[in-house]
Amino acid sequence: MATTVRTAGALARPGRRFLSQQTLEGYACILPWLLGFACFVAGPMVAALLISLTDWSMLEPPIWIGLDNYQRMLKDPLFYTVLVNTAYISFLAVPLHLIVALGIALGLNEKLTGVNIYRTIFYLPSQMPIVASALLWLWVFNPDFGLANALLNVLNLPPLRWLFDPTLSKPSIVLITMWGGIGTPMIIFLAGLQGVPESLYEAANIDGAGSFARFRHITLPMLSPIIFFNLIIGVIASFQAYFTLVFITTQGGPANTSLIFILYIYFKAFRDFDMGYAAALAWTLFLIVLALTGINFLLARFWVHYEGGERT
Amino acid sequence: MSANVEPVSAETGTLTLDRSVAQAHVAVGERRRPMHIMLHVVFVIVCLVYLLPFAWMLSTSLKLDGREIAMPPEWIPNPAVWSNYYRAMTGLPMFLYLQNTLTITITATALGVFTASLTGFGFARLRFPGRDVLFSLCLATLMLPGIVTLIPEFLIYRQIGWINTFLPLIEPWTLGGHVLRIFLFRQYAMTIPQDYDEAARVDGASALRIWWSIILPLSRPVLATMAILAFIYHWNDFLRPLVFLQDKDLRTLAIGLRLFRSEYLVQWNLLMAASALMLLPILALFFAAQRYFVQGIVMTGIKG
Repeated sequence: MATTVRTAGALARPGRRFLSQQTLEGYACILPWLLGFACFVAGPMVAALLISLTDWSMLEPPIWIGLDNYQRMLKDPLFYTVLVNTAYISFLAVPLHLIVALGIALGLNEKLTGVNIYRTIFYLPSQMPIVASALLWLWVFNPDFGLANALLNVLNLPPLRWLFDPTLSKPSIVLITMWGGIGTPMIIFLAGLQGVPESLYEAANIDGAGSFARFRHITLPMLSPIIFFNLIIGVIASFQAYFTLVFITTQGGPANTSLIFILYIYFKAFRDFDMGYAAALAWTLFLIVLALTGINFLLARFWVHYEGGERT
Repeated sequence: MSANVEPVSAETGTLTLDRSVAQAHVAVGERRRPMHIMLHVVFVIVCLVYLLPFAWMLSTSLKLDGREIAMPPEWIPNPAVWSNYYRAMTGLPMFLYLQNTLTITITATALGVFTASLTGFGFARLRFPGRDVLFSLCLATLMLPGIVTLIPEFLIYRQIGWINTFLPLIEPWTLGGHVLRIFLFRQYAMTIPQDYDEAARVDGASALRIWWSIILPLSRPVLATMAILAFIYHWNDFLRPLVFLQDKDLRTLAIGLRLFRSEYLVQWNLLMAASALMLLPILALFFAAQRYFVQGIVMTGIKG
């Protein structure tokens, strides 16, 4: 009924007044987010920047010290440890997650029987409460009674100290993230794979392309925007998401070998109440994440393939 | 949908094309069978590896005190001590923690989904100056490490007396909600035909009215996805409750579970029982609403 009236009504409406009413309504709708952005994002960001220029122990009022906190950072040996640890874990974990997730997604994209069961099992760990799974892995890696060493024992291998060994703490953490970090990129890859038109593969088959050639020349280019999306999300998440895991399992130890950036900020702010320095560290982390994302976007030109006029 | 098959020229004709495609299908089907068996073998092995920690958790949680540290470990506990679960629940005031967690989770989820849908609607279906810039800004906040705002937030909440209240865990999500939820709702709302809005406009409906009576009822699947993602986020959240809730009586399950560890350091069977209990609601939600999980993620991925 209304459809017939629509065209006439839309035409009859005077453009100007209609627009300004829409503007008002638009801002009314996004008002909750705008307020939230001002109060809980932009405001605190500016505040953090200002705090980073002070010396503030919370017992006394803040003292303005300019860029001293940033200079102190450059001389802080722990800061470099933290940078190396964070880079180690992120740059090892993110590519591994993407490769394994893509491999599993490729397999799950085949018309296998029981494929839903596999998908559920691979996806499930990613939704677990991190505290619970961190405690579980702490127990698995228990040097005396844990499952990991029990398995090594079955294979006649000597037990390891895993999270409590300075050389193994970081690899152990990456290993744990392989359990919970695969599910989300895998599902996104799967969605992307299902968007690759079957006709492309059929055409390639006619041309006699083998399965590797099909993967190399069809799947990879068609999937590259999804790989890019997962990469961006993965890098950003890796800098923030491992807080709970590391906090519960190693607390940054042994000998600071697993002290990651976000944990260091937490300790500075909420254990040492060194708010100025912590804020400076936090802003530095933000700039690093921003720079890495920027670099990723720049590099994307060389390998991400966007189908002209393709719609998703 | 059906993109054209380029390499076949017009002369070859449809008949040949159809035949060769059919042949290709057959060939692929035959070639794939042994590959499928191999895939099954690989998947079963990898799935067992993924399930092993869960089995270990369940097995440990049912062991008699002291048996959990037997080496080599016994996989099937004999006897199976189900009372460990009761002890895990009563060893710490878990019901209080549960009540706190549910209060935060349900309030923040309900309010957060509500406002995120309104904002998402505004971005998707209304035209106003600055909209696209603001939407980019909104998405860009995804990149922001939460810890950057956490420090000033803590200092501000201390000033206005929000520490040791649930407000810091609810309020930021009430206003605007999680950015991902806004994005999800916007993507979904864009797929609803614009005709509906225009028809309602002609009948004199305001934007709020269109959102409430037309768009929301049509968006149930995405609302379900948003609610599930929100529920899991708040249920699992650890860092913010850790910083903002210092009062013993306000602790959430995630915080309580961690204390369990320090208070019962060697009682791995009880700790695993408590962990399993915390995992149970998520597990139930996962199986009850599985399609919304996957749907939500897929919609997120669409952006590419």
